[in-house]
Amino acid sequence: MKLQLAEAAQRIIQEHATEIYPDECCGFLYGEENDVRLIQEAIQVINSKDGDKRRRFEISPEDYMRAERYALENNTNLLGVYHSHPNHPARPSEHDLKQAVPFFSYIIVSVMEGKVADITSWQLNEDSQFEEEKILQTENYTSNT
Amino acid sequence: MAKVIIPTPLRKFTGNQATIETNGTTVLESLQSLAETHPEIKKHLFDDAGQVRKFVRLYLGDEDIKALQNEQTPVQSGSVISIIPAIAGGV
Repeated sequence: MKLQLAEAAQRIIQEHATEIYPDECCGFLYGEENDVRLIQEAIQVINSKDGDKRRRFEISPEDYMRAERYALENNTNLLGVYHSHPNHPARPSEHDLKQAVPFFSYIIVSVMEGKVADITSWQLNEDSQFEEEKILQTENYTSNT
Repeated sequence: MAKVIIPTPLRKFTGNQATIETNGTTVLESLQSLAETHPEIKKHLFDDAGQVRKFVRLYLGDEDIKALQNEQTPVQSGSVISIIPAIAGGV
Protein backbone atom coordinates (compact mmCIF):
# COMPACT_ATOMS: atom_id res chain seq x y z
CA MET A 1 0.00 0.00 0.00
CA LYS A 2 1.42 3.32 -1.09
CA LEU A 3 0.09 6.82 -0.87
CA GLN A 4 1.21 10.03 -2.47
CA LEU A 5 0.46 13.19 -0.55
CA ALA A 6 0.32 16.37 -2.63
CA GLU A 7 2.35 19.20 -1.16
CA ALA A 8 -0.69 21.49 -0.81
CA ALA A 9 -2.61 18.84 1.11
CA GLN A 10 0.36 18.13 3.33
CA ARG A 11 0.73 21.84 4.10
CA ILE A 12 -2.92 22.14 5.13
CA ILE A 13 -2.65 19.12 7.42
CA GLN A 14 0.55 20.41 9.04
CA GLU A 15 -0.81 23.92 9.51
CA HIS A 16 -4.02 22.60 11.01
CA ALA A 17 -2.19 20.28 13.39
CA THR A 18 0.04 23.06 14.72
CA GLU A 19 -2.72 25.71 14.89
CA ILE A 20 -5.01 23.47 16.94
CA TYR A 21 -2.25 22.09 19.20
CA PRO A 22 -2.50 20.97 21.99
CA ASP A 23 -5.94 19.81 20.80
CA GLU A 24 -6.37 17.13 18.15
CA CYS A 25 -7.25 18.33 14.67
CA CYS A 26 -9.12 16.35 12.02
CA GLY A 27 -10.17 16.57 8.40
CA PHE A 28 -10.98 14.72 5.19
CA LEU A 29 -8.75 13.55 2.38
CA TYR A 30 -9.76 13.57 -1.29
CA GLY A 31 -8.09 12.41 -4.47
CA GLU A 32 -7.65 9.69 -7.04
CA GLU A 33 -7.34 5.95 -6.65
CA ASN A 34 -4.73 4.43 -8.97
CA ASP A 35 -1.84 2.04 -8.36
CA VAL A 36 -0.71 4.61 -5.84
CA ARG A 37 -3.44 6.37 -3.89
CA LEU A 38 -3.07 10.08 -4.59
CA ILE A 39 -4.27 12.55 -1.96
CA GLN A 40 -4.76 15.83 -3.79
CA GLU A 41 -6.79 17.76 -1.28
CA ALA A 42 -7.21 17.97 2.50
CA ILE A 43 -10.15 19.80 4.04
CA GLN A 44 -10.22 20.82 7.68
CA VAL A 45 -13.20 19.83 9.84
CA ILE A 46 -14.12 20.87 13.37
CA ASN A 47 -13.24 18.37 16.09
CA SER A 48 -16.76 17.87 17.47
CA LYS A 49 -15.71 15.71 20.41
CA ASP A 50 -17.36 16.71 23.68
CA GLY A 51 -14.81 16.93 26.46
CA ASP A 52 -11.06 16.55 26.15
CA LYS A 53 -10.07 17.40 22.58
CA ARG A 54 -6.39 16.96 23.49
CA ARG A 55 -6.79 13.18 23.50
CA ARG A 56 -9.83 12.50 21.28
CA PHE A 57 -11.36 13.62 18.02
CA GLU A 58 -14.72 13.07 16.45
CA ILE A 59 -16.32 14.19 13.19
CA SER A 60 -20.05 14.93 13.35
CA PRO A 61 -22.46 12.93 11.14
CA GLU A 62 -23.51 16.19 9.46
CA ASP A 63 -19.92 16.99 8.52
CA TYR A 64 -19.50 13.44 7.25
CA MET A 65 -22.56 13.78 4.99
CA ARG A 66 -21.22 17.09 3.70
CA ALA A 67 -17.88 15.44 2.95
CA GLU A 68 -19.54 12.72 0.84
CA ARG A 69 -21.60 15.36 -1.02
CA TYR A 70 -18.48 17.46 -1.63
CA ALA A 71 -16.81 14.47 -3.31
CA LEU A 72 -19.82 13.88 -5.59
CA GLU A 73 -20.19 17.56 -6.51
CA ASN A 74 -16.50 18.02 -7.22
CA ASN A 75 -15.96 14.77 -9.09
CA THR A 76 -13.38 13.53 -6.61
CA ASN A 77 -13.16 10.63 -4.15
CA LEU A 78 -13.33 10.65 -0.39
CA LEU A 79 -10.29 8.52 0.44
CA GLY A 80 -9.72 9.01 4.13
CA VAL A 81 -9.28 11.21 7.15
CA TYR A 82 -6.39 12.80 8.98
CA HIS A 83 -5.98 13.64 12.63
CA SER A 84 -3.19 14.69 14.95
CA HIS A 85 -1.63 13.07 17.99
CA PRO A 86 -0.43 15.93 20.22
CA ASN A 87 2.69 14.88 22.15
CA HIS A 88 2.27 11.28 21.02
CA PRO A 89 3.81 9.23 18.23
CA ALA A 90 2.19 9.00 14.78
CA ARG A 91 0.97 5.48 15.39
CA PRO A 92 -2.69 4.40 15.57
CA SER A 93 -4.01 3.95 19.08
CA GLU A 94 -6.55 1.39 20.25
CA HIS A 95 -9.19 4.13 20.04
CA ASP A 96 -8.25 4.69 16.41
CA LEU A 97 -8.52 0.98 15.68
CA LYS A 98 -11.81 0.48 17.51
CA GLN A 99 -13.65 2.89 15.24
CA ALA A 100 -11.70 2.49 12.02
CA VAL A 101 -13.54 1.73 8.80
CA PRO A 102 -12.25 -0.23 5.81
CA PHE A 103 -10.81 1.37 2.68
CA PHE A 104 -10.03 4.77 4.24
CA SER A 105 -6.48 5.99 4.67
CA TYR A 106 -5.87 7.29 8.17
CA ILE A 107 -3.14 9.91 8.12
CA ILE A 108 -1.76 10.63 11.59
CA VAL A 109 0.37 13.67 12.41
CA SER A 110 2.53 13.63 15.50
CA VAL A 111 2.90 17.13 16.99
CA MET A 112 5.57 17.42 19.65
CA GLU A 113 5.83 20.68 21.62
CA GLY A 114 3.75 22.41 18.95
CA LYS A 115 5.84 21.26 15.99
CA VAL A 116 5.13 18.55 13.44
CA ALA A 117 7.43 15.65 14.20
CA ASP A 118 6.16 12.87 11.94
CA ILE A 119 3.41 11.98 9.47
CA THR A 120 2.28 8.41 8.81
CA SER A 121 -0.64 6.77 7.00
CA TRP A 122 -2.52 3.58 7.81
CA GLN A 123 -5.21 1.41 6.31
CA LEU A 124 -7.12 -1.58 7.68
CA ASN A 125 -6.09 -4.90 6.17
CA GLU A 126 -8.32 -7.95 5.61
CA ASP A 127 -7.87 -8.92 9.27
CA SER A 128 -9.14 -5.50 10.41
CA GLN A 129 -5.69 -4.51 11.66
CA PHE A 130 -3.89 -1.32 10.71
CA GLU A 131 -1.12 -1.65 8.17
CA GLU A 132 1.18 1.25 7.42
CA GLU A 133 1.01 2.85 3.97
CA LYS A 134 4.25 4.18 2.65
CA ILE A 135 3.89 7.91 2.03
CA LEU A 136 5.71 9.20 -1.02
CA GLN A 137 6.96 12.79 -0.95
CA THR A 138 7.09 13.71 2.71
CA GLU A 139 10.63 15.02 3.02
CA ASN A 140 9.48 18.34 4.38
CA TYR A 141 8.10 18.35 7.90
CA THR A 142 8.78 22.07 8.31
CA SER A 143 6.45 23.39 10.93
CA ASN A 144 4.89 26.84 10.55
CA THR A 145 5.57 27.77 14.14
CA MET B 1 -38.84 1.10 -0.88
CA ALA B 2 -36.14 3.42 0.37
CA LYS B 3 -32.90 4.43 -1.29
CA VAL B 4 -29.81 3.84 0.85
CA ILE B 5 -26.71 5.98 0.37
CA ILE B 6 -23.62 3.84 0.90
CA PRO B 7 -20.62 5.65 2.45
CA THR B 8 -17.36 5.48 0.49
CA PRO B 9 -15.65 2.99 2.87
CA LEU B 10 -18.40 0.41 2.37
CA ARG B 11 -18.81 0.70 -1.39
CA LYS B 12 -16.47 -2.16 -2.11
CA PHE B 13 -19.15 -4.38 -0.58
CA THR B 14 -21.80 -3.06 -2.99
CA GLY B 15 -19.87 -3.37 -6.23
CA ASN B 16 -18.98 0.35 -5.99
CA GLN B 17 -22.61 1.40 -6.10
CA ALA B 18 -23.16 4.61 -4.14
CA THR B 19 -26.92 4.13 -3.77
CA ILE B 20 -29.02 0.98 -3.47
CA GLU B 21 -32.79 0.64 -3.74
CA THR B 22 -34.11 -1.52 -0.90
CA ASN B 23 -37.34 -3.20 0.15
CA GLY B 24 -39.04 -2.82 3.53
CA THR B 25 -41.28 -0.39 5.33
CA THR B 26 -38.89 0.71 8.09
CA VAL B 27 -35.25 1.79 8.35
CA LEU B 28 -34.36 -1.57 9.91
CA GLU B 29 -36.08 -3.57 7.18
CA SER B 30 -34.32 -1.46 4.56
CA LEU B 31 -30.92 -2.30 6.07
CA GLN B 32 -31.82 -5.98 6.31
CA SER B 33 -32.85 -5.89 2.66
CA LEU B 34 -29.50 -4.30 1.80
CA ALA B 35 -27.65 -7.02 3.74
CA GLU B 36 -29.60 -9.72 1.87
CA THR B 37 -28.69 -8.39 -1.56
CA HIS B 38 -25.09 -7.53 -0.56
CA PRO B 39 -24.10 -10.06 2.16
CA GLU B 40 -20.53 -8.78 2.54
CA ILE B 41 -21.78 -5.51 3.97
CA LYS B 42 -23.69 -7.26 6.75
CA LYS B 43 -20.88 -7.50 9.31
CA HIS B 44 -20.24 -3.77 8.94
CA LEU B 45 -23.86 -2.88 9.71
CA PHE B 46 -24.94 -5.48 12.27
CA ASP B 47 -23.28 -7.04 15.30
CA ASP B 48 -23.43 -10.76 16.16
CA ALA B 49 -26.74 -10.24 17.95
CA GLY B 50 -28.28 -8.75 14.83
CA GLN B 51 -28.36 -5.21 16.25
CA VAL B 52 -27.21 -2.22 14.22
CA ARG B 53 -23.58 -1.58 15.18
CA LYS B 54 -22.90 1.10 17.76
CA PHE B 55 -20.54 3.01 15.48
CA VAL B 56 -23.02 3.24 12.60
CA ARG B 57 -25.25 6.32 12.48
CA LEU B 58 -28.39 6.41 10.37
CA TYR B 59 -30.09 9.46 8.93
CA LEU B 60 -33.40 9.67 7.13
CA GLY B 61 -33.06 12.64 4.82
CA ASP B 62 -31.35 15.24 7.02
CA GLU B 63 -32.64 13.83 10.31
CA ASP B 64 -30.93 11.50 12.75
CA ILE B 65 -33.26 8.51 13.20
CA LYS B 66 -32.60 8.81 16.97
CA ALA B 67 -34.82 11.91 16.82
CA LEU B 68 -37.49 9.92 14.98
CA GLN B 69 -38.55 6.36 15.79
CA ASN B 70 -35.04 4.99 15.63
CA GLU B 71 -34.70 1.84 13.48
CA GLN B 72 -38.47 1.45 13.44
CA THR B 73 -38.87 4.77 11.62
CA PRO B 74 -41.20 4.17 8.66
CA VAL B 75 -39.90 4.75 5.15
CA GLN B 76 -41.78 5.43 1.96
CA SER B 77 -40.94 5.28 -1.66
CA GLY B 78 -38.55 8.18 -2.21
CA SER B 79 -37.12 8.07 1.34
CA VAL B 80 -33.34 8.42 1.49
CA ILE B 81 -31.40 6.66 4.24
CA SER B 82 -27.75 7.62 4.82
CA ILE B 83 -25.36 5.19 6.50
CA ILE B 84 -22.74 7.21 8.33
CA PRO B 85 -19.68 5.58 9.86
CA ALA B 86 -18.43 7.06 13.11
CA ILE B 87 -15.20 8.85 12.38
CA ALA B 88 -13.37 9.20 15.67
CA GLY B 89 -10.25 8.22 17.55
CA GLY B 90 -7.43 9.74 19.52
CA VAL B 91 -4.08 9.15 21.15
